[in-house]
Amino acid sequence: MQVKEIMQALSLTPCSGHQGLDREITGGYVSDLLSDVMGHAREGEAWITLQAHKNIMAIASLKELAAIILVKGRRPDEDTASASDSEGIPILSTPLDAFETSGKLYQLLASPSGESLP
Amino acid sequence: MEFTYHIEGGDFSRAGAASSEVKKILKQLNIDLAVIKRVVVALYEAEVNVVAHAHEGIMKITLAPDSIEAVIADKGPGIPDIALAMQEGYSTASPRVREMGFGAGMGLPNIKKNCDRLEIESTVNAGTTVKMTTFFTG
Repeated sequence: MQVKEIMQALSLTPCSGHQGLDREITGGYVSDLLSDVMGHAREGEAWITLQAHKNIMAIASLKELAAIILVKGRRPDEDTASASDSEGIPILSTPLDAFETSGKLYQLLASPSGESLP
Repeated sequence: MEFTYHIEGGDFSRAGAASSEVKKILKQLNIDLAVIKRVVVALYEAEVNVVAHAHEGIMKITLAPDSIEAVIADKGPGIPDIALAMQEGYSTASPRVREMGFGAGMGLPNIKKNCDRLEIESTVNAGTTVKMTTFFTG
């Protein structure tokens, strides 16, 4: 599923990195601890977090994540947004919290037969 | 083949820049992607450790036919008890650094998991040298 499809389905607000909206999302990872994401997130995943500072982009880029979803209405810092633009990794914002966002994303990504994600 | 990067202590806006440069080079050299993924995690954690704890440091990468060796050497406070620092969850990071989502005590464990050989030497009030080696096969 592409970032833009998830953006529409979850009514996410695109903040930056628009040129990456057709990236493919293969799963998700939820954490506010950067080393946790560094150690355990996988390429192509959407990262759900409330951290909005520039270092999230360093991680997203090094791990080749598909997108970052900022929860509770958070917006990327200015330098975070420009890094997102130059990396082409979108940052999207939602008023929902991490629990609600994860639940909705999981439902979207799980197969129609109801099988769980790998 | 060798290349070296400078790491500035305290400058979180640049944290990850050296690791990112190394990643680009390894990709250009067509190194196995699974190896790159591991190396990048270990390098990033070592780089962030310099930014979070030290005054300055260097990252020196040596590419051999069978392995990548990275030496991250810093001038800084050093680690008084390396065994303790290796424990998952142990951190001496400042409250400011923790608020950013760093300092969870996962950095050194991440490094250990993502390289094949790890040597850490440290002198209190002088600095720390982390040497990590990742082999291409096996």
